[in-house]
Amino acid sequence: MELFSTESKKIINDPINVNNPISLQVLGICSALAVTIRLDQAIIMTLAVLFVLTSSNVILSLIRNYIPARVRIVIMLSVIASLVSVVDELLKAYLYDMSKQLSVFVGLIITNCIIMGRAEAFALKNEPSKAFLDGVGNSMGYGLIIIIVSFFRELFGAGTITLPDGGAGYVLWSIPDSWYAAGYENIGLLVLSPGAFIILGLVIWFQREVAGVEEDA
Amino acid sequence: MSGLEHYLSIFTKAVFIENIVLAYFLGLCSFLAISKNINASVGIGMAVVVVLTITAPINWFLWEFILDKGALVWISEDFKDTDLGFLKLIVFISVIAAMVQLVEMFMERFSQSLYNSLGIFLPLIAVNCSILGGSLFMVEREYTISETVVYGFGSGVGFFLAIVALASIRYRLRYSNIPPRLRGVGMAMLLTGLLSMAFMAFSGIDL
Repeated sequence: MELFSTESKKIINDPINVNNPISLQVLGICSALAVTIRLDQAIIMTLAVLFVLTSSNVILSLIRNYIPARVRIVIMLSVIASLVSVVDELLKAYLYDMSKQLSVFVGLIITNCIIMGRAEAFALKNEPSKAFLDGVGNSMGYGLIIIIVSFFRELFGAGTITLPDGGAGYVLWSIPDSWYAAGYENIGLLVLSPGAFIILGLVIWFQREVAGVEEDA
Repeated sequence: MSGLEHYLSIFTKAVFIENIVLAYFLGLCSFLAISKNINASVGIGMAVVVVLTITAPINWFLWEFILDKGALVWISEDFKDTDLGFLKLIVFISVIAAMVQLVEMFMERFSQSLYNSLGIFLPLIAVNCSILGGSLFMVEREYTISETVVYGFGSGVGFFLAIVALASIRYRLRYSNIPPRLRGVGMAMLLTGLLSMAFMAFSGIDL
């Protein structure tokens, strides 16, 4: 397969746009909400998902012809769980502050249904090179949405924009004190759970308007 | 605080105040996908209650007697520095996957209609984060075995309550005039936001 053929472009582009894992396939919502309090958490989470999803897709696609259908769930889960344990230990070793902040949600990448869903729907039916592209595309689509959501939640909820660095995060910009003096206030609700649901709901609506997709429900 | 009251407060906390869906965002994938249909919601809600109540205590025993640092001393004193904690994710998820397979076989045998209506989402209970999340929180909060049983059951009930509530609201909104591209998941997210806001009112209760 040509790397830049129309088909491989489609595999990468679709999940970012018209078949986005979060807003259209409705997969991986849990972590999408929990890690979006700050932008740097969302970026690290995107990288973790990119690694796990791409490797699990490739590995499962390589062994797809040897997996008996009845026990496939257990096999998929053990591959994914091993990869997530690797990420978890790496984060603990090199980005300890970040791994503390993400707490159980790194472990919960295992149960991020994007990974299981793509394995079941794509990797078990396609050759490794395509599965690789599918993994990259879907993690990009996932990252796009959670980065947008976390950007708004952090900016309007806490009044800062934080980028990841080796330690507790590098504050790129924060709302100047003069604004607060002039009467500006942060929307505290956005940092709490209801804010996450509402922002994601609006982002999904917007994304569907852009992609031009609707569902009948 | 007396014994019974203590367990009651863990239960109430798990169901209302720290609802696993509305406060911790766990189990949302199946929550959103299945809440289109009330009957299926009741079914998956019960499945989650059962699986969570069974897996949390099993994982507690595995954690306490095999995986935790120094947990293996019951075999020999030599193991008091052994820390198998890094295996926790793999072990927990395997127990959960096995239990889900059991529930699936049980359902296929005794309730064919439920089995058909849950369709592809039954295997996805295994990757329902609320179940793994329950086990991970149980480790993080250092619950005892009886607290774990109560907590597991309570979280399951919390999931059940949330999904049935959302399914009922979505059912009532079926004929309302929602912008076409907000229909479905978008609207469900906004509704969940409102539900979650309502549940936040419970956080004022001091237990």
